[in-house]
Amino acid sequence: MADDNGKKPVGQALQERMSQLGDQVQASQAWSSIFRPGSIFRKGYSDSPRNRSYVIMNSVLYHLHPVKVKRHAVKVSYTLCLGGLSFFLFILLTVTGIFLMFFYRPTAAQAWDDIQTLHTAVGFGLIVRNMHRWAAHLMVLSVFLHMARVFYHGAYKPPREFNWVIGVMLLQLTLLLSFTGYLLPWDQLALWAVTVGTNMMGFTPVFGDQVRFVLLGGVEIGTDTLLRWYVLHVLMLPFVAVIFMAIHFWRVRKDGGISGPL
Amino acid sequence: MTEIPEHLRKRAEEARAKAAAAKAGGDAPAAESAGDGDKVPSELLDRGNPASTPPEGAPVAPSGPAPGSGPDGNTHRLLTVVKSGSIQDTKATPGDKVHVWPHLLVAEFLAAIIITLFTTVFSIFVNAPLLELADFNKTPNPSKAPWYFLGLQELLTMFHPMVAGVTIPGIGLFLLMMAPYIDKNPSKKPEDRKFAVSLMTVHLMFWAVLVMIGSFFRGPGFNFIFPWNSGLFFEL
Repeated sequence: MADDNGKKPVGQALQERMSQLGDQVQASQAWSSIFRPGSIFRKGYSDSPRNRSYVIMNSVLYHLHPVKVKRHAVKVSYTLCLGGLSFFLFILLTVTGIFLMFFYRPTAAQAWDDIQTLHTAVGFGLIVRNMHRWAAHLMVLSVFLHMARVFYHGAYKPPREFNWVIGVMLLQLTLLLSFTGYLLPWDQLALWAVTVGTNMMGFTPVFGDQVRFVLLGGVEIGTDTLLRWYVLHVLMLPFVAVIFMAIHFWRVRKDGGISGPL
Repeated sequence: MTEIPEHLRKRAEEARAKAAAAKAGGDAPAAESAGDGDKVPSELLDRGNPASTPPEGAPVAPSGPAPGSGPDGNTHRLLTVVKSGSIQDTKATPGDKVHVWPHLLVAEFLAAIIITLFTTVFSIFVNAPLLELADFNKTPNPSKAPWYFLGLQELLTMFHPMVAGVTIPGIGLFLLMMAPYIDKNPSKKPEDRKFAVSLMTVHLMFWAVLVMIGSFFRGPGFNFIFPWNSGLFFEL
């Protein structure tokens, strides 16, 4: 609304005050100590080669990447993003899994009831459990497809032999993570799928019975098995997988980035 | 002696002519070096020889040019031209590279958003299975392993469990891990590695077909069925 005394309209004055305040905040010591050079939240960010490099160098997450990569390496038709998607699904599974841990107790008497409660009485409980389940299946699929992609591109050839070996181990860890999670709902599907699976492992030559005993925490599947697989699923296997992933990503860079064009 | 590049030789000659003109009959070593650029002046060669090095604190060796004798009190002389290839051997030519931000990160962000959206929307419409409470006295018929192990369960119908459940997958995984050390063919071109590609395809197809049969074509008693006749016996 225009003012008779020659003052600016209220809206415009407010806008100016806000942008002034914004400038002040961005210029403050606290702000520039949080956002390192190259952050798009920093005052004076512009698209320059220098800032493009800073974006990568000054971010703990992005600096998994080099500042620059070969032009063919950014072609989605070459990688199909499968390795990155596997990693992203792992993160998604970690986040949803932490949520689920708040509402789950790994004992035969409580596990199934806790999942029921999660479905009916916990806000977003059902959808988070669904996401955890479907993301897990997707991750098995994407890790498998990533392996096929790498094979068909011959990307396991020198100097990347060892990273292929790490990758096959990560595939096994993914399967184990999925399999240990399968038991946790403690329903008929979980119990009998795991019975079939562990019976197979019991036929390991020489140590069969011992392998089965260690896996089940007893001679039969029971509440001890549940605790054992829970700890494997939420702590031990992710821990090992993260170590292998770190080596895997590090080696990608040490071996000269992703493999060249065919 | 390698040849000095033409433009450097020209530049050095011009500089020499300029220096000679400015000095017009300077001291002897300067004139000598102007005469032959390739030759290291004798007083510099003498420096490397400990016998000729003057003791600490002694006056400057008389054979060398006096410090501060140049136009601005400094003397700069071209001793030799070293071609870059003789010391620094750049093996890799700078390739065609692009910045990770934005070119790669944008693709990664997009992929992450798409997979998150897909998972979320799928989770809204399809619920994860939760059957009735686990019951040791009630074996479901059929009992199936998770889908990625159904290939192994399928093998169980053909072989002894030790072969189907342990030996075959064990050997398969071992060979897979050893692939880079077995396949010595250095080429990455598909036309050069037809054998490796066909072997892998057969291997992947073998498991895919087994998983498909185990998932969709096995009914009660793990007997062979057609899903369009007898329905699905499959839970994810």
